[in-house]
Amino acid sequence: MSAQNPSGLVAEGTSAAVPAEASLSQPQRVDEALREAVWARVQQARNVKRPHTLELVRLMATEVIELHGDRLFGDDPALVGGFCRFGQHRAVFVGQQKGSEVEENVARNFGMPHAEGYRKAMRLFRLAERLGLPVVSFVDTPGAYPGAASEERGVAEAIARSIGVMSGLRTPIVCVITGEGGSGGALAIAVGDVVIALENAIYSVISPEGCASILWRSPEAAQQAAVAMRLTAGEQQALGVIDMVVAEPAEGAHAAPEETARRLGSRITEQLDELMARDLDVLLDDRYARFRRMGAFADSGSVVTPRQERQSLTERLRLLLGSGRGMLGTDLGPLRPDAADDQDEPPLREDV
Amino acid sequence: MPIKLPFRPRGQSFPPDLWTKCPGCQEMLYNKQLEKSLRVCETCSHHFRLRVDARLAQLLDHDTFRERDAGLESIDPLGFVDQKPYPERLAAARSSTGIRDAAIWGTGAIGGHRVAICVMDFAFMGGSMGSVVGEKVTRAAEAALADRLPLIVVSASGGARMQEGTLALMQLAKTVAALGRLADAGVPYVSVMTDPTTGGVFASYAALGDVNLAEPDALIAFAGARVSAATIAETLPEGFQRAEFLFQHGFVDRVVKRAELRDALIGLLGYLRPRPPRRAASAASEDGSSGNGFLSRPLSSMVDVRAEPERSRG
Repeated sequence: MSAQNPSGLVAEGTSAAVPAEASLSQPQRVDEALREAVWARVQQARNVKRPHTLELVRLMATEVIELHGDRLFGDDPALVGGFCRFGQHRAVFVGQQKGSEVEENVARNFGMPHAEGYRKAMRLFRLAERLGLPVVSFVDTPGAYPGAASEERGVAEAIARSIGVMSGLRTPIVCVITGEGGSGGALAIAVGDVVIALENAIYSVISPEGCASILWRSPEAAQQAAVAMRLTAGEQQALGVIDMVVAEPAEGAHAAPEETARRLGSRITEQLDELMARDLDVLLDDRYARFRRMGAFADSGSVVTPRQERQSLTERLRLLLGSGRGMLGTDLGPLRPDAADDQDEPPLREDV
Repeated sequence: MPIKLPFRPRGQSFPPDLWTKCPGCQEMLYNKQLEKSLRVCETCSHHFRLRVDARLAQLLDHDTFRERDAGLESIDPLGFVDQKPYPERLAAARSSTGIRDAAIWGTGAIGGHRVAICVMDFAFMGGSMGSVVGEKVTRAAEAALADRLPLIVVSASGGARMQEGTLALMQLAKTVAALGRLADAGVPYVSVMTDPTTGGVFASYAALGDVNLAEPDALIAFAGARVSAATIAETLPEGFQRAEFLFQHGFVDRVVKRAELRDALIGLLGYLRPRPPRRAASAASEDGSSGNGFLSRPLSSMVDVRAEPERSRG
């Protein structure tokens, strides 16, 4: 099916203005052009006219039946789900839903789910597993709702739980980042066997504005933060966080929703063909391995081998500070006997 | 002896290397006394943040901790530069804290119960979770599964480390997936939330304990007050997002004072015993003898009496 449409499914050439993999770990020279190119994608990802989950599902799938409610508290309009059919595959879909008009956007809470949204998603994931249906999730959210009601009902617990349910769900899962992939609220429904992104989608640990206000202490640095976080689909693919990028029509998805849906739909169907044919145990092991290898770190491991396991921390540190130095970029320095709560630096963290 | 900074306020009559002002009751606390009271103010019971070595010393039986994977260190996968390059921030954090990253894990014993334990330190870049922290929590969970040891994670973190971008975000999925396997295998996990436990750490492993404990008045939140205020112009009520609030709303089993935490864990560990493995016993002992298993060995052989005290006791 997709073979007829290879041009629509290119991964390369999607991000000429953003750096390629080779330069990913080098500090970037942030010039104006790069900043504008990246920011243009952020704006594309946030474009209110961009087709959102329900529009895309209605365009690319048939027999759509929406289901409602988490059976615990209520029905979250910011996270939708139900049954639909991709080609021959009956499936369960789930996704954050933004509105394309102000009024609808308010009703949809700008695509920011509360805890009940993620609990609805979990209910549908489990239903899919029981029925032997694959899951297709659509990610498009600035993040989970960071308000009082959300905290009260445990949105963090719901996100953590949802990640857990997806990572062990005994049915194939295809995830698609269609617009904004904002932090934990996005990841909560983005743990799957394959993660696809639309060309102008973004995926980040925190919003560019949030990052800017914490690390630059000024929301005006959002464009700089967007560049630094490498949040474009192309860069995320280079990092291995996203498996494939689906090119959008020239003007962007908002200008041609049908064509976007056609391209994306054929890629989803193709993935379902492949995943449904695979052994479930292998599928689950691969899914675990996919996320297990995420991350980048060094192991100056000569000090930690199983044989030396009984060596105490102090001994190891002494070893390091003596002959083993140079493995560290810096000396560890003396261990400070006095614990200190006060920091010279502002805390560097996602939020708070 | 800490270096005296030139811009320390004048006229401060208490040298800060000897005295600490309690933010709870404004009392000046003598540092040596504060250390003795586990860094809890004896006047108002304010819980100061605890360094990882002090935490391990407080919770574990003397001389039982054996650190694992001490060589893991963060790199800079994104070439991230904000006002300072990420490698410079890492270097500064390493030299000011004396630890490699914001978490340390290993095995030890609590009241004679063998455990795998991972402890976070807020002093290292706000306890933020990058690849190393995620890897350590994951390895702790995987080792807990392999050795069938209860897992304890003591969290103190502002959330995911922004400088590692989505790779930091992916640590949520990595750690939670490992905990899922642990739970499936019937190996218990206790999450201890200390001040603060927020963002991506709360929204992953910290929230998922079979038993969740929290220290009094610890900030435990998905999004901090500043983020809420900035994102949705909503001001959060007083006392919101504190341990007691989480307890009231059913996300924490018990709020436990620091002085009682070790005993609380000992009590729980009496119940939280790993289910015997499903496979035949012979297979289990094979697993156990293949390297790091403790199953077939008596407890006395696990405690290395030769090892010198951890640095916290030094």
